[in-house]
Amino acid sequence: MALTAREFKHQAEVALHDVNLQRALAKAKGGFVAKRRAAVAALPEFEEIRTAARAIKNHTLANLDAYLEQFERKVEESGGKVHWARTPEEACETIQGLIGSEPRQVLKGKSMVSEEIDLNHALEQHGHTMVETDLGEYIIQLAHERPSHIIAPAVHKTREQITDLFHTEHPKYGLTQPVTEVGAIVDEARQVLRTKFLNSEFGITGANFLIAETGSTVIVTNEGNGDLSQILPRVHIVTASIEKVVPTLDDMSTLLRLLGRSATGQEITSYTTLSTGPRRADDRDGPEEFHVVLLDNGRSTMLGNEFRDMLRCIRCGACLNHCPVYGAIGGHAYGWVYPGPMGSVLTPLMIGLENAADLPHACTLNGRCQEVCPMSIPLPDMLRALRFKEHERRITSARSRGALRAWAYLARRPRLYQAVTGLAMRVLRQLARGRGRFRSLPLAAGWTGSRDLPAPQGKTFQAQWRRR
Amino acid sequence: MSEEKKNVALFVTCLVDLFRPNVGFAAVRLLEKAGCRVSVPAAQTCCGQPAYNSGDRKTTADIARQVIRTFADYDYVVAPSGSCLGMLKEHYPRLFPDDSAWGPRAADLAERCYELTSFLVEVCGCMDIATSLPASATYHDSCSGLRELGIKQQPRSLLGQVEGLQLSEMEDTEVCCGFGGTFCVKYPQISERMVSDKVDNIIASGADMVLGGDLGCLLNISGRLKRQGSKVRAYHVAEVLAGMTDLPAIGEADGE
Ligand code: SF4
Repeated sequence: MALTAREFKHQAEVALHDVNLQRALAKAKGGFVAKRRAAVAALPEFEEIRTAARAIKNHTLANLDAYLEQFERKVEESGGKVHWARTPEEACETIQGLIGSEPRQVLKGKSMVSEEIDLNHALEQHGHTMVETDLGEYIIQLAHERPSHIIAPAVHKTREQITDLFHTEHPKYGLTQPVTEVGAIVDEARQVLRTKFLNSEFGITGANFLIAETGSTVIVTNEGNGDLSQILPRVHIVTASIEKVVPTLDDMSTLLRLLGRSATGQEITSYTTLSTGPRRADDRDGPEEFHVVLLDNGRSTMLGNEFRDMLRCIRCGACLNHCPVYGAIGGHAYGWVYPGPMGSVLTPLMIGLENAADLPHACTLNGRCQEVCPMSIPLPDMLRALRFKEHERRITSARSRGALRAWAYLARRPRLYQAVTGLAMRVLRQLARGRGRFRSLPLAAGWTGSRDLPAPQGKTFQAQWRRR
Repeated sequence: MSEEKKNVALFVTCLVDLFRPNVGFAAVRLLEKAGCRVSVPAAQTCCGQPAYNSGDRKTTADIARQVIRTFADYDYVVAPSGSCLGMLKEHYPRLFPDDSAWGPRAADLAERCYELTSFLVEVCGCMDIATSLPASATYHDSCSGLRELGIKQQPRSLLGQVEGLQLSEMEDTEVCCGFGGTFCVKYPQISERMVSDKVDNIIASGADMVLGGDLGCLLNISGRLKRQGSKVRAYHVAEVLAGMTDLPAIGEADGE
């Protein structure tokens, strides 16, 4: 995965001026927010479920090793196999090993873990052909892009852009008419994908949950593509990260009640698919082999530090949908796999703070993400915790550290502070010359570039109060 | 009055102290009207958020100790800001997790401190605002006040007592205005987009003025309103409640 989080600032500025992106974002944002609000309002016990869900995850994380072992045992009892991967490289090697060296066509359902390990790239290097079957993923694969949202990978694209894309890429399948309506776009993608479903020996999906008591993996989708990707091929490979495990089917049900509502405002997604082992003798369909590749990639470290709560995340995307920064710049500007608030926490932890130093700061700490997070993850506190680390490791810019030091020197000396600020405000007042505000001001260009700076009233409160 | 007067210290907040002292005087007037004895300890500067949100925990703790010490001897500490008050109430106690001396002192301050409108409503009870302002206004919910302190109805119920004042809610009033302390100068373009969206909603509400409980947001919002040439005026809620809107609105020239 191309890592461009260092370029965050620049990428954000480009995004703000990208007309198509802005149109697509404006359209998506209101929809997600209103639908979630309606779904939550229609479920009076939402808060109770939220409390229960949080407890389930906390309990699971406290006993993660035991539940993972139980999960592995159950998968093996049902005839499948679990593969442990500490790093993205290990995960990709394992999957490559399962597919073998002969070039194959591989079906893929949507999986953020496969993005995290950059699986497509790894397998393509071995000559395999990857077929994304989720409509959004299919679109961005055609466009040679990456997901800009964890549940709506192509949300950054307008319908017109998709029409053009299909019109350029699909004539080779004999589809020469441009399609403009959503229904027709979906149909055309289905038509192209259908032939590929029948010709693939390997299917890779992600997992929203892993059930310890049954050894099942669970995906939720709205298109049904995930089912086909795992039932038709001979081998089904699941990529999942270790924190996806929950103890029981009941626990899964509790979390499911939050997931659809928080993500798209659906009471439940169109399909909830549980896979337990390979095809049994009396099954009518299903794969011959069933593999689960379990990725750690820093998660067991998070389990033991102040970022543990982040492991409760169920990848619903609500924090993205309600984040005004994400809403302004979209997902690509963040420069790696996971965007928005959850991404600004995860990215620095996974690829290194020095590679993503802007992300924890590019946030007003307004708290709306935490307010809507179904797992009550204190995202602003985590971003602040990352800022503490940056400060300790002196990753922040020398200029901002210098300014902070100067300010702190004054702030700890009230008399001096009042003398200096009292003088400064009087000078500013003079400079404003009765206009009430500044259109530009040296040293304040960051502010005055986009808004006027109100002039101070003149004497500070403290100065006036003492003479009262 | 037979009852002993409440002994209240005003935490002015740095932005009010520097940019808009009128808000501080309005807060004093309101508190006195509500029957409090108001003091303004001289040894106050800032709550420490610039350091805290930049990741400098040590400086923040130094400033927090200074604030805790300065405000130790009052029944209540009140600030005309949800953001600064959230810092005192929610975040100071977390700065001293294993400190048996400062931990309890931070917790004690957290117990005694209130944002102005919630203090007036929740502690002083129904007070008589007795002022009038023939205008229509929309109210911006500042993020920290709203989400850390639950401030939503308090300013609205007080404003409801202002004779002649019409409140018209804007779309997305709970969405951040893009101020975010140092955020607005570190990421000015993202901040510009956020404040532009906010200003669009303010204008669309049709109100003549925008009110709020945090001067940071109001400087940001009024600065953007003026940049766009809007006539909508910005005031702190305390100024309206105290009947102290005779001076130019935030960012406006004399006689504008
Ligand atoms: S952090 Fe919370 S809101 Fe964001 S994706 Fe994860 S569960 Fe959803």
